[in-house]
Amino acid sequence: MRQTFEQSFALHVPSSSENLAMIRAFVSEVAFRAHLGEDESLLLAVAVDEACANVIEHAYGHDATKQVMVRALLDEDAIRFEVVDQGKGFDPSIIEPKDPRQLVKERASGGLGMGLIRRIMDEVVYHIVPGEKNELLMMKRLKKQR
Amino acid sequence: MPDTFQILEEQQGEVALLRLHGYLDAHTAAEFESAIQRRVDQGCACIVVDCEKLSYISSAGLGVFMSFIEELREKEGDIRIGGLLPKVRQVFDILGFTEIFQLFDTADAAVTSFQLKEEGDATNV
Repeated sequence: MRQTFEQSFALHVPSSSENLAMIRAFVSEVAFRAHLGEDESLLLAVAVDEACANVIEHAYGHDATKQVMVRALLDEDAIRFEVVDQGKGFDPSIIEPKDPRQLVKERASGGLGMGLIRRIMDEVVYHIVPGEKNELLMMKRLKKQR
Repeated sequence: MPDTFQILEEQQGEVALLRLHGYLDAHTAAEFESAIQRRVDQGCACIVVDCEKLSYISSAGLGVFMSFIEELREKEGDIRIGGLLPKVRQVFDILGFTEIFQLFDTADAAVTSFQLKEEGDATNV
């Protein structure tokens, strides 16, 4: 019988952008345990950073008394990150990745985050329970090591 | 922390050179934006950002580059990037920013590219 392993990790931090570096360090540590290289590790950190930065700004409005939770699940096939908050939810169907060229023309400084997450991760799923919690689930398949 | 964020600024002729150290994310992007805005307010249209010591960038940092480039190009200037580490460059690649911005192997090469343009313009007078 094939033996599977699964490891889970969690980090709770106050909802402040100064904690994004700590969140990225957490992601890098999990990526290291998944034997990912520096480039792949950085991209995972970007995806989770973007998700958490959205929570800090939009869900919690920079209220550092609130908590952002990041869970990581690691098994032989994939690495999964879940970003959970209890702030202001939103309709994920209205968040469409924007063309960076159009954003340049508009002289926008935002609008890139969701596009980055979707380009980096293999699956991105939202679970919104109004008034209770918002979860963003991101999965990256691991390449098989021979 | 050893890897926070710092900007060292120089002026090389008409070119403002901003050397970034550490990480550029939602926490540090405002400092970068202020530095560029200050140069633009001083009338500088030619900006080089040296990223040789930049270890990380997220969309907040990319957004700063994005928000200034049209204005600077309208003024016949530009914001050019030198010395990106491969791991940071891949974030630019993913969004197609390598097609939008002029990237150079080093900041010196980016500064020189502006100076060559100036010399070309002077010759054409």
